[in-house]
Amino acid sequence: MATIGIAFGNSSTSFATIKDGKIDVIANPDGERFISSALSYVDGDEYHGQQALAQLVRNPRSTIVNFRDFIGVPFTDINDEYSKYAAHPVEFNGKVGYEINGNKLSIDEIVKRHLKQIKNAAEDYLGQSIESTVITVPTNFTETQKENLVKIAADAGLKVSQLINEPSAALLAHLSNKEQLLEDKLYVVADFGGIRSDAAVVAVRGGIMTLLATEHSTKLGGAELDQSLIDFFAADFQKKFKADAKKTEKSYSKLSAAATITKKTLSNVQTANVSVDSLSDGFDYMSSINRLRFELVGRKVFSEMTQFIESLVKKAGLETLDIESVLLVGGTSNIPKVANTLALVFPESTEIYAPAIDSKLPNPNELNCRGAAIQASLIAGFDAEEIKESLEPVVVNTEHIQAPIGIKDAEGKFTTILPRETAYPIKKSISFTAASDNVEIEFYEGKRSIKETVVEPEQYSDDEEDEEEEEPEVIREVEYVPGTLLGKMVLKGAESGKKVDVIVQIDRDGKMRLTGRSGDVVVKGEVSQA
Amino acid sequence: MALLPWPYLRLDISAAINIKLKMSFTAAASYTAAVKRPVEPVGPYFLAHATRTLKGHSWSEYEQIEASKNVVNVEERDADEDLFDAEISDPELLSHDPRDWKSCDLYAALGLSKLRVNATPDQIVKAHRKAVLQHHPDKKSSAGGNLDQDGFFKIIQKAFETLLDPVKRRQFDSVDESAEVAPPANKCATEEEFYAAWAPVFVAESRFSNKQPAPQLGDSNSTKEEVESFYKFWNNLDSWRSFEWLDEDVPDDTSNRDHKRYIEKKNNNSRKKKKNDDNKRLSDLVKRAQAEDPRIKKFKEDEKAEKARKKWEREAGSRKAEEEAKAKAEAEAKAKAEAEALAKAEKENQKKSKEAAKNAKKKNKRTIRGAAKDNEYFGDAGQQSVIDADIDLLIESFDDVLLAEVAGKLKDAKADTAKQIFIDAGAQQLAAGKVSSLSYFK
Repeated sequence: MATIGIAFGNSSTSFATIKDGKIDVIANPDGERFISSALSYVDGDEYHGQQALAQLVRNPRSTIVNFRDFIGVPFTDINDEYSKYAAHPVEFNGKVGYEINGNKLSIDEIVKRHLKQIKNAAEDYLGQSIESTVITVPTNFTETQKENLVKIAADAGLKVSQLINEPSAALLAHLSNKEQLLEDKLYVVADFGGIRSDAAVVAVRGGIMTLLATEHSTKLGGAELDQSLIDFFAADFQKKFKADAKKTEKSYSKLSAAATITKKTLSNVQTANVSVDSLSDGFDYMSSINRLRFELVGRKVFSEMTQFIESLVKKAGLETLDIESVLLVGGTSNIPKVANTLALVFPESTEIYAPAIDSKLPNPNELNCRGAAIQASLIAGFDAEEIKESLEPVVVNTEHIQAPIGIKDAEGKFTTILPRETAYPIKKSISFTAASDNVEIEFYEGKRSIKETVVEPEQYSDDEEDEEEEEPEVIREVEYVPGTLLGKMVLKGAESGKKVDVIVQIDRDGKMRLTGRSGDVVVKGEVSQA
Repeated sequence: MALLPWPYLRLDISAAINIKLKMSFTAAASYTAAVKRPVEPVGPYFLAHATRTLKGHSWSEYEQIEASKNVVNVEERDADEDLFDAEISDPELLSHDPRDWKSCDLYAALGLSKLRVNATPDQIVKAHRKAVLQHHPDKKSSAGGNLDQDGFFKIIQKAFETLLDPVKRRQFDSVDESAEVAPPANKCATEEEFYAAWAPVFVAESRFSNKQPAPQLGDSNSTKEEVESFYKFWNNLDSWRSFEWLDEDVPDDTSNRDHKRYIEKKNNNSRKKKKNDDNKRLSDLVKRAQAEDPRIKKFKEDEKAEKARKKWEREAGSRKAEEEAKAKAEAEAKAKAEAEALAKAEKENQKKSKEAAKNAKKKNKRTIRGAAKDNEYFGDAGQQSVIDADIDLLIESFDDVLLAEVAGKLKDAKADTAKQIFIDAGAQQLAAGKVSSLSYFK
């Protein structure tokens, strides 16, 4: 019996399992690790994944793509833009359905068939039946959508033990991989997918994650970049052959498929070829494009991504200065330009986790399913009742402190013990060296302030006559300074040079217990919540 | 975690007070109100949080529970492994003729020489598996040995067959010499030596007892009942020991039935004889132990002492009368002796006082006689003889009292007073008619 984690996306689905403590992202029988979420019905045969996607050119009307977001949504509310060159969604009992070769299929049936394919691939790979699974969903999935998905999965023979949010899954995978789960940091998890982008500000505190804000866009993603490339190639084709590459659906699909491949290739190399036989009017198209050209072509999309993230941070009531780390997720995050443009938004101290910056990182497209697999194996030992109980509001809804709590160090600076947005009950301790025999510890709430440092531009000594005076650069940094004094503690007889432990503990009722300890000298105090 | 430097203590007033009071925390303000948010139900730390919340554990309780859970289970080592022999205890076994396997130490062949009769079937199976792994002919041949050298492996297989069959195992155990413990050759000098030497003998013999557990020798603290029941048990031991193992092989040659019967009969007789011998051996052994047992001796002595004490108590009445008579006689004799001593002392005292009186008289007489001479005869030296004669007369006439009186008066008297004393005394004596006449003192 095995557990798997599934990241079910609009454009691709991937799944992973944990084997001997190692996360294994499973490939389907075709060798795909990012299985295209596509189904195609041609001549009574079902095609899945890349094979189905290939049918888009010849059998667009019997090929279903980008359907995940249609689960549990009334037909009237859907955006069918991304199904333009594939099977069109039709109304089916008020919900979404597809008419394939004259048969009407509900969205539930399509998803079921897709998940069944996934399940079979997983069981083939593992050689054993799947006991339970964890599936990731976007943070804006409604309860109805979630219920629908669980039901459909059950019909497909998959027992869903938990649905988890995509950003948390990705972050869990990332932090577990880096063993940084216990480092308190403020993350932006940016998931740039095929046809949509999602991002979230996540506070990681004591291994527990809290979403502070989320942002979604269904008009941003890899498809937009494909579109830019298609337009670019079409213009080029027009110029070369005086023919319209987008004239027919077929030619459009051909060019689209080629553009996608070219885009993916450019993530790894500087120059990529594009080649489409008989694109339009019998003309073959052959061209090459370098990364810089691509970045220029997709400039608009990249800047939209930046805006998207900036608006998210704003939504969280923060500045980009507050963000300590950015994790890039999703296939589109493979593009180096995405990481590079985002790096410009955040201060230099912010770490950006993207394959373009650290090639050792796992593929950003895998993060969601990795996280799901981790979660699936974590809860494998619990029964359904226990899992249900732990998802109750009484457990999940937790008080979070709003200002950091810390102490004043030797230079009068604020040293954080519990950062803001830490969920309690919590217990945390830090250690110091006593500088004298008697030590006074002052507990403060930290107050956010912006530190501005002016960096003089480097003086160029060469003869270039650059008349323009370079403006001095101002580096802004968020720092916390001691704010409200919460309490003072005197440790008498701490002995100079010895270790002093400072423990801050907040219990369920919000009562804060402060402890200072040096050897046998222990002082305790209590501070209440306003 | 990095250790940061710490501020020196600033002794402001409040701190100084706190130091004095030793109460050293002062709360200044409350912290900002918290906001309720859902946490993401993913990851190990959320599960910990959920468990804490649902089970209502406090943080430290949870830590304790987790700590007890996270004990690393070191791979459990089979305890039996330690009981098996690390190496073949008797190297001779390796070259033993497998046809003569009955004479082998089968336990040693399986590496069970420490456990022997106590080995459980489970342990035998394990030991056999281990021995086979080590001594299988395939293993030997792969190490370059000759395939024919499987003698010891055959012995191992025979040993395994025998020891797993409870009947055969008893037969082998009956004659397992290596399990025997010989009693000490000589009588043990000390009590401790006795227990040390004999206890293993009985432990070894216990294996033959049908009744388990068999009572053991014990030590100097054992009670009389224990010791008695011990010897009672061993004197009447119900032993399963038998001697089939030493039987001569019965030929399964059907043609010579007589010979077969003869051998069987011979075997039966020899078994009986051996069993009898063994019973005798055991009974001798127990008798010897009983005879040498210091506790039995002690119990006998105790009994004797007890008897003596009882007798003593029984005779207590007559002994008392005798004592009283003796005391009376002694008291009488003592009183008599005391009286005698008293009388004797009195007599001596009288004698002494008499002598003293005599001496005093003599002294007085001398004083009186001397008085005339000392006073130059009162000036009448010519009448010396007369005076002396008178004085002698007076002295003769004086009784003891008068003598002392006169002597006392004369002692320090002058010539005239002395003469007057004599005259007074003479007159007194004359008047009393004690002296007829005095020539000088008239």
